[in-house]
Amino acid sequence: MNTEILGIIASFLITILLAFPLGKYIARVFSGEKTFTDFLNPFERRIFRWCHVDPAKGMNWKEFLKAMLTINLLWLVYAFVLLLFQGHLPLNPDGNPDMTPDLTFNTAISFLVNCNLQDYSGETGVTYLTQLFVITFLQFVSAATGIACLIALFNGLKQKTTTNLGNFWVIFTKTITRILLPLCLIMAVLLAFNGTPTSFDGKDTITTLQGDTVQVSRGPAAGMIAIKHLGTNGGGWFGANSAHPLENPNYFTNMLEIVSQTLIPVALLFAMGWYIRRKKFAYIVFGIMTVGMLVLLIPTVISEVHGNPEISRLGVSQATGAMEGKEVRIGPAASGYWSIITTIISTGSVNSMHDSSMPVSGLMQMLGMLINAFYGGDGVGFLNYYIYIIIAVFISGLMVGRTPEFMGHKVEAREVKIAALVTLLSAFVVKGFTALAAYYFVHHPNADWAVKPSGWLNNPGYHGFSEMLYQYTSCNANNGSGFEGLADNNPFWNITAGLALLAGRYLPMIGPVAIGGLLAGKKYIPESSGTLKVDSFTFGIMTFAVIIIITALSYFPPLILGPVAEYFSMH
Amino acid sequence: MKKYILISAKLTLVFIILCCVIYPLILSGVGKLTPGKGKGETLVVDGKVVGYANVGQKFDKDIYFWGRPSAVNYNAAGSGGSNKGPSNPDYLKDVQTKIDTFLTHHPGVKKEDIPAELVTCSGSGLDPDLSPAAVKIQIRRVAAARRMSEVVLTELIEKQTERPFLGLFGPSKVNVLKLNIALDKLNKS
Repeated sequence: MNTEILGIIASFLITILLAFPLGKYIARVFSGEKTFTDFLNPFERRIFRWCHVDPAKGMNWKEFLKAMLTINLLWLVYAFVLLLFQGHLPLNPDGNPDMTPDLTFNTAISFLVNCNLQDYSGETGVTYLTQLFVITFLQFVSAATGIACLIALFNGLKQKTTTNLGNFWVIFTKTITRILLPLCLIMAVLLAFNGTPTSFDGKDTITTLQGDTVQVSRGPAAGMIAIKHLGTNGGGWFGANSAHPLENPNYFTNMLEIVSQTLIPVALLFAMGWYIRRKKFAYIVFGIMTVGMLVLLIPTVISEVHGNPEISRLGVSQATGAMEGKEVRIGPAASGYWSIITTIISTGSVNSMHDSSMPVSGLMQMLGMLINAFYGGDGVGFLNYYIYIIIAVFISGLMVGRTPEFMGHKVEAREVKIAALVTLLSAFVVKGFTALAAYYFVHHPNADWAVKPSGWLNNPGYHGFSEMLYQYTSCNANNGSGFEGLADNNPFWNITAGLALLAGRYLPMIGPVAIGGLLAGKKYIPESSGTLKVDSFTFGIMTFAVIIIITALSYFPPLILGPVAEYFSMH
Repeated sequence: MKKYILISAKLTLVFIILCCVIYPLILSGVGKLTPGKGKGETLVVDGKVVGYANVGQKFDKDIYFWGRPSAVNYNAAGSGGSNKGPSNPDYLKDVQTKIDTFLTHHPGVKKEDIPAELVTCSGSGLDPDLSPAAVKIQIRRVAAARRMSEVVLTELIEKQTERPFLGLFGPSKVNVLKLNIALDKLNKS
């Protein structure tokens, strides 16, 4: 078999093989059982004592969310100040300037919400200080925030009736000390030995073999690249992200980076099986998500390997597939696989330029982000899927004429309203903002932003529309990848995208935790013959159908105007 | 509320120290043990650094094998692709120009044999590699410019070709800078 296809299959199988033991470990960490990292106990106890946290004290869902939101707000202020004055702070060997206020607004929010949309380029837009103290810092803590909220949901599902969802500070701290930091250390060392820089030296100037003088950007990148994947963040050290040969030097690192971004989301599903003692439920969720992933993946890989029909018409050979925006050492198959994984998982790192992907791939990438629940980002992936489950439970209940139940708790109007609100909001944000941008592009092409609307798009026609649609889709999904031809560093895009980012993060996180808390507080109803079996294959299919229907109803029109129209214009 | 703010501030400080000071310092220490000492692996000819092993360079002289077109002109102070959409008419015109230029420099090469990677920009603008086919198609030009035999060049390319990872995963490739350094060495001796 073709070595490129074999590379994808191996990457996926390795992910599953590693996710299984990691899931078991995560379940043990949060249920307080013995693990091999218990030597950290005294260290964590000291942190809690110094911070005046009582680890034994549980929180109800309101207290949990209050703690989460308080610390997030603090990080926003902290990041904002540092980015705004970075040019005047130390660790800036390349002499990069302060960020403008609108770019600061966008960047601080973008990293706070685990999106990592970058309207700046890593080489020139940030300093080593902000790369480490803002970007890397937020990559750690935003991933841990997502995982903590998921564990809160698990705590609600675990017990028959409870108001205690766990202590936010404790879960958050352990997520970093027990999961993220150890895994990052291993991965960063592997990257360093494969050629990713780790030193604090600034740009180097060299004379090339044929005598040109060029500069080479460097910096302590390996640590950030590890957390950007393990934390499903995605923001790159360099402008070209993981297409950059120092950020992703060879095929091994490419496999490493793709496995590591899939690892924790999948492991959390397995962890759920052990933690709430419903393994079958976890496996079925994993199975449905995998089917969803394959449905998006297969057409993408086929169209990328097949090449660009317009280039075929020019008469050259496309033996190695569609190569615009791709790297030779990675190849079109692994680029296609990455582009789907990074969009379904909300990582948003790229190893090829999505703007130059084939229309079918662009469509699949956007669908991956619009659904945002096939594995999904660290923690938030299952939180999104949970919303679909609540809707599926509700619809199933209507179909058989019984009060819907989920795991022994009645799902009533309040919970369904929250779920509906979360789903409707994304459709409103994505389509509303895209419409607004399209309006300005058409009716005010010379409006006085830093970049005039007429200069926003790098491509005309349907593809140009896709560039704008992709941007808000990516923001709302907290993904961070982009059709990077879009000129997005100006007040219009920085501010509207920043607002879309906030809407796309906090409601989808508050909603499921609130539903989880409300349900867990209700009286437990033991299973009977009439109970809807949520760990059945049938219910899995039902959830899948709900996902397809909601997505199709919400996003069919804009997708037709963008990638679908482009596809038909080329074939 | 006041209690939450205080805990938030202290916990933030703890993780700034852990994730932004200790973690990168450990890594920059470990990095010193790696081949490039954590500064990026360089290639040296006659005691002079001529480039980074992983970062592509611009080659446009006839005596060298050329790499891929670059949207940032191979200046690694930045990085990036063309971000041109697959159906963009201006982009397709641009590719056509690249094909014509390539044909002018490689008389005798048939258009349908030109690998697309030689007329399309890479994702980073710094792609250091080419597929073996994209190197071999340039043999005649380089051989003529250097007055070397095509057989010797074919052998050299064979030697410089890196097989898939573990022989199983991913594409075969040739690092253009390493190939050209080896070529200079061979031509001198």
